[in-house]
Amino acid sequence: MTSDHPKHEGAPVSARLGIWAFLATELLLFGGLFTVYAVYRVVYPDLFQQEHLKLNRLLGTLNTILLLTSSLTMAVGIAAIRQGRQQALKIALTLTLLLSAGFLGIKYLEWSEDFSHGLYPESNLFFGLYFMMTGLHGLHVVLGMLVMGWLLVCARQGRFSAQYSTPVEVTGLYWHFVDLVWIYLFPLLYLVG
Amino acid sequence: MPAYKNYVVVWVVLLLLTAATVWVSFLNLGLWNATVALGIASLKAVLVALYFMHLRHEIKLVLGFATFPLLILALIIFGTLTDILYR
Repeated sequence: MTSDHPKHEGAPVSARLGIWAFLATELLLFGGLFTVYAVYRVVYPDLFQQEHLKLNRLLGTLNTILLLTSSLTMAVGIAAIRQGRQQALKIALTLTLLLSAGFLGIKYLEWSEDFSHGLYPESNLFFGLYFMMTGLHGLHVVLGMLVMGWLLVCARQGRFSAQYSTPVEVTGLYWHFVDLVWIYLFPLLYLVG
Repeated sequence: MPAYKNYVVVWVVLLLLTAATVWVSFLNLGLWNATVALGIASLKAVLVALYFMHLRHEIKLVLGFATFPLLILALIIFGTLTDILYR
């Protein structure tokens, strides 16, 4: 532990500032889309009301549960490695990967269902935003899974410990951010349109 | 050990809030539907940020890095919406 933050466990301040600065750019990337959503939602309320009913609310809810649970396993993994428990970290990372794979699987089912009903990004403004926002979010899930796969390889080699867990900590913050985006996407797209 | 327990409690609350927001979406409350949905989403976001992202124990500088972009985003959305509504 460095002396500038004796009480804090986990990553050094510089690493935390770095990832939070990155998350700021991510917030504004998604923020642009949320702004577009807000504008069209205000200008075409009837279109949004009518189109959002075509989404599968059950699958959306299931995906919310999967992603929230993957955030839990990630947080537990970080708490474990802070105590130097490498085996628990490996189990937590594997569970997080499985849950995120489940999320993408359900996303695949949903998009297939939409396509089979003739709903495409160019169908209307609502579906344009729906595909763009869930697609960009899905890309972030894929990226998170790639990083977690790499973390799992490093964890197997025993590279993380109570003294050094920075990559796990930083990936965790990114992963919770991806969860945060979905926490807003879910009600905006599936519930209130 | 207490860390794990806290996380599980937060997770259960997050699931309960998800159930609540889905339930409310089936009621017809007019404009209140969107308000309640966004309110519950924000409550969930705060829980994730404070507990899972450890902002509860974070130093002021990092807290600033985490919250300042939210202010910028709020300004962008507020500014754009007022322009659209009062043009």
